[in-house]
Amino acid sequence: MTTTAEPQVIRSPGPRGIWGWITTVDHKRIGLLYGVSAGVFFFIGGLEALLVRTQLFGPNLEVLSADAYNQLFTMHGLTMVFLVVMPIAAAFTNYFLPILIGARDVAFPRLNAFSYWLFLFSGLLIYSSFVMGGSPDGAWVGYAPLSTQLTEVVRMDYWTIGLQLLGVASIAASANFIATVFTMRAPGMTMLRMPVFAWMSLVVAFLLIFSLPSVAIGLFQLFLDRNFGGLFYAAAAGGDPLLWQHLFWIFGHPEVYVLILPAMGIVSEVLPTFARKPLFGYPFVVFSGAAIGFIGFGVWSHHMFTSGMGPLAEAGFGVATMIIAVPTGVKIFNWIGTIWGGKITFNTPMLFSVAFIAMFVIGGLSGVTHAVVPSDTQQHDTYYVVAHFHYVLFGGAIFGYVSGVYYWFPKWTGRVLNETLGKIHFWLALIGFNLTFGPMHILGLNGMPRRTYRYPEGLGWANWNSVATIGAYLILVAFLVFVWNIVRTHFLAKGERVGNDPWDGRTLEWTIPSPPPVHNFDEVPVVHALDDFWHQKYAEDEEGRAVRMPALAGGAVTVDKATGGGDEGEHLDIHMPSPSYYPVLSSLGLVILGAGLIYLPWGFIAVGVGTAVTMWGLFGWSLEPITKEH
Amino acid sequence: MTDAALELSHGEHADHHDVKPLRKTAMWVFLGSECVFFGAMISTFLLYRNSTNDAPGVEIFDIPFTSASSFILLMSSLTMVLAHNAFENKDMRQTRIWLIGTALLGSTFLAGQIFEFTEFIHKGLTLPASPFGSAFYMLTGFHGMHVAVGVMLLAAMAILTLNGRLYEDRGLNVELVGLYWHFVDIVWIVIFTVVYLLQI
Amino acid sequence: MHLHRRNRNRVTRLLLGVPLAAVAACSGSGPQSALEPGGPIARDIDNLWDLVFWMATGVAIFVSALLVWVIWRYRARPGDDREPRQVHGSSFIEVGGVVFSVVLLAIISVPTVRGLLDVRQIPTGPDVIQIQVTGHQWWWEFEYVDEVAGDGRTLITANELHIPEDRTVNLTMTSADVIHSFWVPTVNGKRDVVPGRTTNLTLIADDPTPPGQPIPGQCAEFCGLAHADMRIKLHVHTAADYETWVDSQLAPSPTPVEDTVEAAGWETFNAVCTTCHQVTLEDADGEIVTYGPERHIAADGFEFRSSFGPNLTHLYSRGTFGSGTFTLDRDHLSQWIDNPQALKPMNPDANDLATGRVLGMPDLGLTVDEIAEVVSLLETWR
Repeated sequence: MTTTAEPQVIRSPGPRGIWGWITTVDHKRIGLLYGVSAGVFFFIGGLEALLVRTQLFGPNLEVLSADAYNQLFTMHGLTMVFLVVMPIAAAFTNYFLPILIGARDVAFPRLNAFSYWLFLFSGLLIYSSFVMGGSPDGAWVGYAPLSTQLTEVVRMDYWTIGLQLLGVASIAASANFIATVFTMRAPGMTMLRMPVFAWMSLVVAFLLIFSLPSVAIGLFQLFLDRNFGGLFYAAAAGGDPLLWQHLFWIFGHPEVYVLILPAMGIVSEVLPTFARKPLFGYPFVVFSGAAIGFIGFGVWSHHMFTSGMGPLAEAGFGVATMIIAVPTGVKIFNWIGTIWGGKITFNTPMLFSVAFIAMFVIGGLSGVTHAVVPSDTQQHDTYYVVAHFHYVLFGGAIFGYVSGVYYWFPKWTGRVLNETLGKIHFWLALIGFNLTFGPMHILGLNGMPRRTYRYPEGLGWANWNSVATIGAYLILVAFLVFVWNIVRTHFLAKGERVGNDPWDGRTLEWTIPSPPPVHNFDEVPVVHALDDFWHQKYAEDEEGRAVRMPALAGGAVTVDKATGGGDEGEHLDIHMPSPSYYPVLSSLGLVILGAGLIYLPWGFIAVGVGTAVTMWGLFGWSLEPITKEH
Repeated sequence: MTDAALELSHGEHADHHDVKPLRKTAMWVFLGSECVFFGAMISTFLLYRNSTNDAPGVEIFDIPFTSASSFILLMSSLTMVLAHNAFENKDMRQTRIWLIGTALLGSTFLAGQIFEFTEFIHKGLTLPASPFGSAFYMLTGFHGMHVAVGVMLLAAMAILTLNGRLYEDRGLNVELVGLYWHFVDIVWIVIFTVVYLLQI
Repeated sequence: MHLHRRNRNRVTRLLLGVPLAAVAACSGSGPQSALEPGGPIARDIDNLWDLVFWMATGVAIFVSALLVWVIWRYRARPGDDREPRQVHGSSFIEVGGVVFSVVLLAIISVPTVRGLLDVRQIPTGPDVIQIQVTGHQWWWEFEYVDEVAGDGRTLITANELHIPEDRTVNLTMTSADVIHSFWVPTVNGKRDVVPGRTTNLTLIADDPTPPGQPIPGQCAEFCGLAHADMRIKLHVHTAADYETWVDSQLAPSPTPVEDTVEAAGWETFNAVCTTCHQVTLEDADGEIVTYGPERHIAADGFEFRSSFGPNLTHLYSRGTFGSGTFTLDRDHLSQWIDNPQALKPMNPDANDLATGRVLGMPDLGLTVDEIAEVVSLLETWR
């Protein structure tokens, strides 16, 4: 970890190998853990989608039973939202948020580890349902009273408890990120000098903080209805099923922005780098992101236009939904403004970012058509909606995150991903994606509802469904190429080694070695401008064109090399937090507790054990010194 | 002198040597989240306020009794302030006394709530009796759980004063627990007003 | 009303939004398409959709073309060593972008709100046909509350809805169990069917449907195992044909003559099937008796007359069974009675009539002969 030539980092010698990863509190390692876990869940969720698509290849196929189909599409949605896109955003945020703002770690490193392990264990808990008599089968939105109908005794309890635990993990992570941004920025790193990705992470953290409690209450109510005779959603006894939809979508709509905003942040980093121009209208991009987050709390009921809220509420929510298109449009114009007049190179990260814009425009516009309430009564709950949100969340969010992977892979590993394989991946993914989800617009308008395990002949749906299924397999091939690229580049070490700054980047992460040292910065940087690193490298001539400054013409320059060996004594006490197993213990305890709740009443034993383990973890945690005495 | 967060932000240029802002920021954020948490339950209660079916409704409340226990909970905010004050003055004995006092007042409130619940259940108001019952027990129950967690934290801190391990820079610190405790009190004022006093 | 009819091929239009021209030949709109409206309400919605679609398509083409042009025009070229101008933004363009989007949205929002108020109006008046709809897992029940027989029975049928052309029909809907959504795209958008509440939907259809070719629709809110098989058939008649249909449905079916196959079937039916299904029969003495359980579901001050399974009085007047899923013929019906879950996924093990919970038809364990007798009986109920 340390050599004599480098500054001394004081961290009690933590365990190595697997135990080192389990007890790690390093935000970069936790980021990688998030990323790898999300990647594995992405393939599981993708295979579920492929099974679903295979069943729908033609009319009345019998690849899957209705029961299996319902489980698979429910788990597909649940997985992709909570176990893939959210954690992959968390992966990027964990790894890069502290570096981008010039910090050495997040505010609460152990809380960070706790969030990760709780996410992973909750995911495993939900997936364990497959071997425990069936997985949740009431769709990821779990509308009551279908979700409180006790036909399959525990399936939907895996969902209520699993989501609840994932929510705890997200709240903890969000509080952590907010505290990090507010209190740990490097000197000179004002809020309006923060990279857009850091800004979007902050907005997302606030969205989660204020939206998750709403669904948490809803989930508790469902749980009480299912297990303790609660009557929250029992219509016959005076309960109101629409209450759940409100509580869910007050969370669920901001959640949509939780999924997409970090991807928008990544695209806002990638485009300037490859166009060699600053982000066009930085303050507008930042504030439109914040505005999207804010208005996002006022549009939840556009998911309920057919539920009978009354025309006044419907009109209000319809117009509010249209308003949210304005800041979204602002973002798109600014991205185009960024590359306009630039000098664009089309490396794979750039390809995915440009495709992000194109796909997101389609998804965004089909979203506007949902705001037109009368027309939404035709499109609601059809494949048109499925097409819409896949354009936003796959062509949008996933393409953005994949762009981020290609962009930052050299920072993680010191090796750049293969360009040829990257381009094959890109074109296969783009074509496969449009083949899969493009036809779904037509299917939906032609009357095909979502969540149907079979459809009859004679309704004109068969051909487009076949096309969509073929497209889905193409996506599989595309992402297998991606995996092979990662394996080949990193694990087989065949990727080209690059320096600290392979893309001629603009932000602080490119000033430090690849992969970064455990303490990120030998010296805490002092920030003078937005895109500080670019301004260290380039000045502007009288025409406003960038001119490389001779002093730093060598490219990648890190601050520590410039300071030389004489200052070593000064760096001697960079204290990094020690590894700790208490976060793992506490999260494990919580999940044992949750598992017990699923199998009441005898699960009370597990509830007791889980509580004890959690308490042990939490007390050990709060009494343990963060850095061991030296 | 062992807190990493302090070390993390350490540096010649760093102007935030204190860890308190970190934890306080996180605590405020958490409390913001809690507002939505209770807000959702209070909304649910208002929705089901009259969905009593054949079970008892709001007429079952014993306003004088609950007023008294609410007063006790409010007083605990006062003792909490005194505890924090003593802690700022580094007077561990006074801190301990007021912490224990606060915990006792909190426990008294909890005892009152348990008594009240027993009475109600006796009179036929149970969680499965009506949507009103479900909403009532969920709201007041979750608040009670918050009080119980607070009492445990207060007790843990009182114990820590004994062996001198109560530091300002640790996870368990008087100011943060104080923030939490005041929040739980304020929420109760809202709940008491909306659930018990409001006549709709 | 007939004059406004349009019949364009919408597929070409859709393809502008979806870059899939190559496979265009594969598709027509189909009978369940929202793009082929068969009534004034669906047509209004479709006109609104047209407006929004073309505006969205215009914007999509504009933005995509701009994007393509920009990446082509400003691609890095070998030999060009100059760095780009470092432009940081332009308030003019920002404000322009905002104004541009606001104007477009304003154009959409006005007809949206107006259309919304139209769509949501609950029709009243003596000319309006009032039908109460109960959604069940996984079938539909229709009660024509204004069509009353001499003995006070209202007209009840299942899964196949009959309405006259050009008349306004008001559906008042509730659910017996979970949330469903009533949707026949060619006559109107969908409307959720929520337990404990009522919702309304107006249907107006232009033309009579040819015999045996009803308009398809289906449940659009995920409602469990057989959600996909909870379909609707809408028959549209001329006014006269509709009256005939009403009269025939209000009349009871005949009680079988003794010592026939049908009578043997009735013995089984009365012992087993009437646990869940209602049937109204008239015996030789002219006495009208309704067999089977009666259920009442109250919501929002309405009373929904119902039972645990579809009313079978005129089963063979329908073209399909299993909620519009299977052609009604001897073979299918025999298979169904023998093992319902082989045809349609259901969960009858969870049935609990005491609490009103029914999740499909159980396997009754009848012998082949008994099944044949019951089917013969059902065939007489036309």
